[in-house]
Amino acid sequence: MAVQGEIIDKTAAMIAAPVPAADWLVIAPVLLPILAGAVLLMIRHSVRWHAVLSVAVLAVLVGANGLLLRRVLAEGPVSMTMGSWLPPFGISFTVDALGAVFSLTASIVAVCCCVSSVRDVDATGRRYGFYPFLLLMMAGVSGAFLTGDVFNLYVWFEVFLISSFGLLILGSEKSQIDGATKYAILNLVGTTLFLIATGYLYGTFGTLNMADLATKAGQIGDAAPLMTLASLFLLAFAMKAAAFPVNFWLPASYHTPPAITGALFGGLLTKVGIYALLRILVMIFAVEGVALAGVIGWVAVATMLLGALGALAQSDIRRIAGFLVISGVGTMLAGIALGGNGGLSGAIFYALHSMPALSALYLLGGLVRQRGGSFSLHQLSGLYGASPFLTLLAFIISLAVAGLPPGSGLWPKVMLVRAALDSGAWQIAAAILLSGFLATIALGRVFILAFWRTEIAGVQAVAGGSMSIMGCCAVVILTLAMLAMGVMPEPFVRVSGTAASGLLDASSYVRAVFPGGGGS
Amino acid sequence: MQTLIFRTAAPYLTGLMLMFSVFVLLRGHNEPGGGFTGGLIAASAFGIHGIAFGVPAVRRALNFHPMAIAGFGLFVAAVAGLPSLVFGVPFLTGLWSAPSFFGISVDLSTVMIFDIGVYLVVVGSFTSIALALEDREHD
Repeated sequence: MAVQGEIIDKTAAMIAAPVPAADWLVIAPVLLPILAGAVLLMIRHSVRWHAVLSVAVLAVLVGANGLLLRRVLAEGPVSMTMGSWLPPFGISFTVDALGAVFSLTASIVAVCCCVSSVRDVDATGRRYGFYPFLLLMMAGVSGAFLTGDVFNLYVWFEVFLISSFGLLILGSEKSQIDGATKYAILNLVGTTLFLIATGYLYGTFGTLNMADLATKAGQIGDAAPLMTLASLFLLAFAMKAAAFPVNFWLPASYHTPPAITGALFGGLLTKVGIYALLRILVMIFAVEGVALAGVIGWVAVATMLLGALGALAQSDIRRIAGFLVISGVGTMLAGIALGGNGGLSGAIFYALHSMPALSALYLLGGLVRQRGGSFSLHQLSGLYGASPFLTLLAFIISLAVAGLPPGSGLWPKVMLVRAALDSGAWQIAAAILLSGFLATIALGRVFILAFWRTEIAGVQAVAGGSMSIMGCCAVVILTLAMLAMGVMPEPFVRVSGTAASGLLDASSYVRAVFPGGGGS
Repeated sequence: MQTLIFRTAAPYLTGLMLMFSVFVLLRGHNEPGGGFTGGLIAASAFGIHGIAFGVPAVRRALNFHPMAIAGFGLFVAAVAGLPSLVFGVPFLTGLWSAPSFFGISVDLSTVMIFDIGVYLVVVGSFTSIALALEDREHD
């Protein structure tokens, strides 16, 4: 209850300056999908409206993220602290170039997946909440990219994790439940580690505000077990990102749900783990991150090679895509291990490429299934004759994922290899090139068997149908985005460079949260 | 459960618990209680009603599907932050007003609206879980 008749000076605890409405862009990418998800839960039986409303809201989300990125690039990081409490007491949302560009890319991928789902998710899937789960997952992913508070980051991890459990088991097939169990248990172990590390962090610093932590971690010196904290966070986020040797949940689960869900997961979720690693190990624990670079480097090499070899060994398109997700995670980890502006901007650019590329690969798998009647390379054949259009899409997507021109994967790999050679890390450079070569063979195998091979009589048990037009549209949009990245890489290189230098020098990030200078 | 004593007592118990849950919700701003606790009490009330009279009776009495109630709660909680936009303060800032009803001033705030949202989310989701578990018993 408010105290009556007595004016209290609240400026020591609360923000007094008015907040311009434009600052609400910081919170809009989280607020929009939450509100829309809640509305969809209320009208859960009017399934006709779900797809239309979701596509509309996600399109608005892309717009909001675009405006946010434009503003961040023009004016530097923007921050808003919830409930008017002064940071570090309130929960801050702080957006820098890294968060804004990840959030924008994620929302573009989400809107494409949502468009492609319009025909493919049936009434049962809708009634059991495909679209509310999708929107709440996007709220979690956006929140993780935009928040400026470590505990809040944990909360958004939980939000998208729980929504992803829901998406994973929609359909309730035996293999889905089996995959979801492994996914749920291993991810819960990861989040528990994250929570333990967060508690430890709070006990050490007395704050969880990222800007405050970035200031204090540099000053505290040897007085706190920062190395332990950094290692705990590394393990937790490596689990989230599916890095070797804690990657087993991904190949066990990502091939079980429908292709659209796989596209969302493979495109977005592992990147949140990479984002958290960048934020915590590069910006906050800068010194410890550099000290751990050797470990991260070998983990990266192992992850890249394991992912590429795994992709070679599979014959199900979705499983191949799953292992390529892992290989990509290794490539991004390599950039984090290399550090410096070159390595980090390479990792960030690779993440920007990897979100649309892997989503497109899963969606392409869905189209192949619709046209050719199967996901298995043993049964697919003759798609070139059946649909030259699909073949063209598959060709471009394969080039992009493998890192060959004119696809988008080339330039980030070039940046990473150059950074590796500059710093003398030959094993990382070799692993990037070798894993790219193996991925080319794996995807070439798909192309030869499913597309080039003439139709084999007798094996084609399932008759193919027609592809959904919406699904084709989504894949075409993603493919065009990848071609744009491959042909005109300059703006993406520039944004990645800005994001990387924002991580290496957190002073503008800190200034956005504490305009008066200093921390608490 | 088919015991006469339980079936006679259950409606009173449900009503009492629902009233108490609202009381706990409203006192929660400065004293122990709040939306989460209140919501749990209300969800247990529906659970008891379900044990006594069966799940269909509860679903009929609720009128809305529990998940729709939870969705509405989430919506209310998110909307509770929006008035901040008009007043030029950050999201979720507590805004108070104390209108007078018949000489008694009543403190109303966006914080309370948020708490009501939490209450509805908890009522909806926990009732949904409880009813699903009770449903399975008779399969």
